[in-house]
Amino acid sequence: MRGRPLLHTSYVSDQAIFNSGTKKVLVGLFLLILALMPLGVIPGLKWAATNSWMRVFGEVAVLLIAALGLNILTGLAGQVSLGHAFFMGIGAYTAAILGGPEGPLWGLGLPIWVWLPAAGAVAALVGVVIAPTSLRVRGLYLAIVTLGLVFIGEHLFRNFDFITGGSQSGRTFPPLELKLWKEEAPIVSFQTDGSWFGIELSSQAKMFYLLVAFAIVASLLAKNIQRSRAGRAFQSIRDRDIAAEITGVDEFRYKTLAFAISSGYAGVAGALFAAFVSRTIPEAFGLPLSVEVIAIVLIGGAGIVSGMVLGSLFVIVLPLIVQNLTEWLSDLARSGEGIVQSIADFFVATGTFDFGLISSLPGSSPGLNVFQFNQVLYGLLIVGFIIFEPLGLYGIWVRIRNYWKGWPFTY
Amino acid sequence: MSGQLLKRRAERSGPSDYEHLLAVKDIHLSFRGVRAIDGVSFHVDDGELFAIIGPNGAGKTSLFNSINQVYRPEEGDILWKGESIMGLKPNRTAELGIARTFQNIALYPHMTVLENILTGRHVRMTQGWLAGAMWWGKAKKEEIANREIVEEIIDFLEIEQWRKYPVGLLPYGIQKRVELGRALAMDPELLLLDEPVAGMNLEETEDMARFILDVRDELDIAIVLVEHDMGLVMDIADRVLVVDFGKPIATGKPAEVQQNPNVIKAYLGEELETA
Repeated sequence: MRGRPLLHTSYVSDQAIFNSGTKKVLVGLFLLILALMPLGVIPGLKWAATNSWMRVFGEVAVLLIAALGLNILTGLAGQVSLGHAFFMGIGAYTAAILGGPEGPLWGLGLPIWVWLPAAGAVAALVGVVIAPTSLRVRGLYLAIVTLGLVFIGEHLFRNFDFITGGSQSGRTFPPLELKLWKEEAPIVSFQTDGSWFGIELSSQAKMFYLLVAFAIVASLLAKNIQRSRAGRAFQSIRDRDIAAEITGVDEFRYKTLAFAISSGYAGVAGALFAAFVSRTIPEAFGLPLSVEVIAIVLIGGAGIVSGMVLGSLFVIVLPLIVQNLTEWLSDLARSGEGIVQSIADFFVATGTFDFGLISSLPGSSPGLNVFQFNQVLYGLLIVGFIIFEPLGLYGIWVRIRNYWKGWPFTY
Repeated sequence: MSGQLLKRRAERSGPSDYEHLLAVKDIHLSFRGVRAIDGVSFHVDDGELFAIIGPNGAGKTSLFNSINQVYRPEEGDILWKGESIMGLKPNRTAELGIARTFQNIALYPHMTVLENILTGRHVRMTQGWLAGAMWWGKAKKEEIANREIVEEIIDFLEIEQWRKYPVGLLPYGIQKRVELGRALAMDPELLLLDEPVAGMNLEETEDMARFILDVRDELDIAIVLVEHDMGLVMDIADRVLVVDFGKPIATGKPAEVQQNPNVIKAYLGEELETA
């Protein structure tokens, strides 16, 4: 890092994704942390190696893939879609039919290299069928149309109980393991504890590695799409559709393509999500999932791949923080003293006739439960970010970066 | 003006087997009874700088939109190199070689200057999204090659310092120049300029006039210019078409048109017959 770090002497180095030393170092560090985290050897991050946190970070990786897809449709091509959960559901049940265990429900027991690409492809095809509506209806109206998809999807999933198992029991999804075909013993199983290269790993840690690997590939592909010809065509349609057409971008073609790529991502994410949780009911692919993905896109920073990483981390970890905070506050409300106790009591409902913002009791009681409170929080955060920081967490990062670039001068 | 742009000029300049580069033949366009264009005909030849003038609402921009096939004229025909382009999709007219700038800047405000001009290269690029997603071999080569062409255009328009700025943050005059850059990136044979100097001060106007003349003379691109700045039009245009209420009033050299009584009437009104 001598001389001028931003001096580029070729267009290849200027156009690279990581085109500065700082970016290379930061991304390298991040990857190193990801690689070492499950081993529990990083001081200060030992808690992250526990099974429950590995599970959380696995979910972050899966939802990151889903968000990258929605980011292409909404962030780049500017088509607001609330239907992402529907496409995730299509992917999940395609995977279930092809890779699920043979039994009373449909399932062919095929290996992952069949069901995962198929999940993406089928969802992408459904996306292509939906895409033409985006030429007729724009903006909010498209959001409503895609919102309808989620409800149609949920209804279908609930009623096709020979595939989905219905809303009572759900079904088991294909296991995350690598097989050549239908043989008994998998080559690599990600769902059993065991040792890799002499290192003892829990199943959660193995799945974490697998999902993070998928997420890294998905991020690189998304970034490349964004900086190449198709990505620019998407963005031109988002910014000025008529001018884009007059300068040679086929609007129909590229809107369809955006839907296809986006729902393809959703399909893969849905299949991985279902395999990761291993058993789930049709309602898992309902509106709350869509909202979660939209929250990632808008909070992370629409149109920015690195923003999706920040966003998914934030949106998935947030509910855990709220939950832990609620438990801590309800402890305080029960056993604290003085002003601390009354503040805690104001926020948390600890008894049936105790009013508070969040209820720590199971079942119905005054106040919101933790899940409901999180939904409200997502909503507030989305509104807040759209008004105050449209570039999301990424925008905040840029501001901090620019501040320190000029420090100690103001500009 | 360097390398690639001039090379393409050389490739183009063979003998042509068509009568006119663009020929508009008696087109009619109406919006629910309002006749926006009412029987306009004109033609543009290779390397010509043709101007269309007329009072506000005369139908000048509608003419451009008809050439781009954003509007579909009900009658008449538009010939590009002797072949009708009626009924094509707008993006096809871009592929044929008709580029356009807009009256109210229509850049992509969230993209940088580089990305905006690269988007102009879209029609001349061939790699699909999947190759782009891999950033591999041909796709990467194509991106870099087109980046070089874009740099030439940036060089030509003297906007090097703005290269990596989002276009929405740039001053108006620079945005107009970037828009010209995006149109040039499409490798056009005909450039439709819709009020390129609207709202500019004298200095900016002179800069833009210089760029327009350079485009015509060095790159050999024919230009159709819609403009209200009469000084500019009379100075640089080869021929002028005057329209009023969608009807053509006069066509000819700038000096002839200036003397035409109908034109004077359209712009200044008639003298009152006082008894």
